[in-house]
Amino acid sequence: MLCPPSRYKLPCGHIRCPKSMDTRTLEGIKKGRVTIMEKAIKKYFPVFVLPTLIAFSIGFFAPFIMGVYLSFCKFTTVTDAKFTGLSNYTKIFSDSTFGHAFWYTAAFTIVSVVLINVLAFAVALLLTRKIRGTNVFRTVFFMPNLIGGIILGYIWQLLLNGILLQFGRTLTYSSTYGFWGLVILICWQQVGYMMIIYIAGIQNVPGELVEAAKIDGASPVQILKNVTLPMVMPSITVCTFLTLTNSFKLFDQNLALTAGEPSKMSEMLALNIYNTFYGRTGWEGVGQAKAVIFFVLVAVISIAQNRLTRVKEVQQ
Amino acid sequence: MNTNKSRTNGLLTVIFSVISVFYMFPILLVLLNSFKKKAYISKRPFALPTGKMFVQLDNYVNGIKKTGFFEAFGWTLFITVGSVVVIILCTSMCAWYITRVKNRLTSAIYYVCLFSMIVPFQMVMFTLSKIANMLHLSTPWGLIIIYLGFGAGLAVFMFCGFVKSIPLEIEEAAMIDGCTPIQTYFRVVFPIMKPTCITVAILQAMWIWNDYLLPLLVLDIKKYKTLSIAIQYLRGGYGSIDMGAMMGVLVLAIIPIIIFYLACQKYIIEGVVAGAVKG
Repeated sequence: MLCPPSRYKLPCGHIRCPKSMDTRTLEGIKKGRVTIMEKAIKKYFPVFVLPTLIAFSIGFFAPFIMGVYLSFCKFTTVTDAKFTGLSNYTKIFSDSTFGHAFWYTAAFTIVSVVLINVLAFAVALLLTRKIRGTNVFRTVFFMPNLIGGIILGYIWQLLLNGILLQFGRTLTYSSTYGFWGLVILICWQQVGYMMIIYIAGIQNVPGELVEAAKIDGASPVQILKNVTLPMVMPSITVCTFLTLTNSFKLFDQNLALTAGEPSKMSEMLALNIYNTFYGRTGWEGVGQAKAVIFFVLVAVISIAQNRLTRVKEVQQ
Repeated sequence: MNTNKSRTNGLLTVIFSVISVFYMFPILLVLLNSFKKKAYISKRPFALPTGKMFVQLDNYVNGIKKTGFFEAFGWTLFITVGSVVVIILCTSMCAWYITRVKNRLTSAIYYVCLFSMIVPFQMVMFTLSKIANMLHLSTPWGLIIIYLGFGAGLAVFMFCGFVKSIPLEIEEAAMIDGCTPIQTYFRVVFPIMKPTCITVAILQAMWIWNDYLLPLLVLDIKKYKTLSIAIQYLRGGYGSIDMGAMMGVLVLAIIPIIIFYLACQKYIIEGVVAGAVKG
């Protein structure tokens, strides 16, 4: 259906010039239609957008803005905030637990990202070889993902303490035990999830490509390195992103497994921030400042990672 | 060559079967210990609950009593289902609108949603809990609104990605036939979005069901507890834990998840894959 010429409005509001109206390109017609539909829909803003917008403002936007502001204030509740400049941020440096938590989290993140992705990719490779029972294995490996962090923490506390008992130790004996306990836990939880994503990626590699490489005489290792890996790069991007942010932001598992014991030595950043807020009165401002730094770290890491692996992706 | 391949595949099946058993071992261990007397759980975790160690269902009864298990389960279910339904409905409508109507406000909403996805919860947790208190949202109903707000980022982003792929002609045809935008949305657009709805529902449900910190900070804990909170509260003061009750509650908390997973496995795995491709 053609619209009357008067309706040919560009998105910027100007009427189309007569010349292009004459030609009546497909594009012109489409643009005309869009504005008509837009007009009809536009009035329904309160129905379509407002509920989400209000909830979003309460649940995210307002707390975020206030959070940034409060990091420069001294306060115990939101209403008694007094502006104090950067003093919260300088106080962080006098708090040695934050530095420790940062390095502990960084080490944990690196170890777990590498382990989870290597394991998940290896399992995905093997499970795409059409071996018997693939579906059962996939089901089993994925299951821990649905169990919450708190529950997982206590499950592994039982198991790991049981094993360490043979050596007369417990998980909270030193932060090293807590560290590796947490690594094992996170691998157990997330390998299945990443495996599912890798399997989907591997199955998307066109069969002809692998076939062609085979005919050209490529060894299985060469096929893996030069065909499969470049083709599943999008999955690798997604999986490293997910594992990176999940590990860096880990909270529930940390709380349930060791709760930072012994004496805050196995405390990760998220737990450290939580304890600063709710464990020390008068330090709420410092907690908020830590949270801002934490946010900047997460943002930088996720953007940098995305850039880095996206570059390696090949056009399909 | 062929027999060689089938032999390695057979070997792989055996190896993976062994690994699978080990993979399930932690859960089986909890199940095993849930029938054991409190004192023996930390002393002899790997022993079978036989003889004087066996306590029948005492741990379960004890755990249910101590945590108010069924109440916590009910609230968790209510919050999860309520939030997922509200999120799906509201954010999909919002996503359709901001993709179809192009102006500064809608693109601002889109980018803020995108931005919210990389903000960790710790950044907003203190202010969010205070705001929720001030607005009297410390109830499960209020929590649903908070979840809508905090979960909107990912959901709007995913729905927007899908709406862009819906051909305009379909909606236009509906409009020409005299549908209002609301009718167009519910009769035409929403049914097309069903696969994305399932993906979003699964990702959100997995997160909300297991969430610990947000309900802990927002809810009035004396009146309402979710499962994660109830379990964490078993760790009483001074770090002492009633291991018996803990094991019982852990098993009770895991069983529904496993049943749900086995029933909806296909959707869950598809949802995860679809979510990953878009995210």
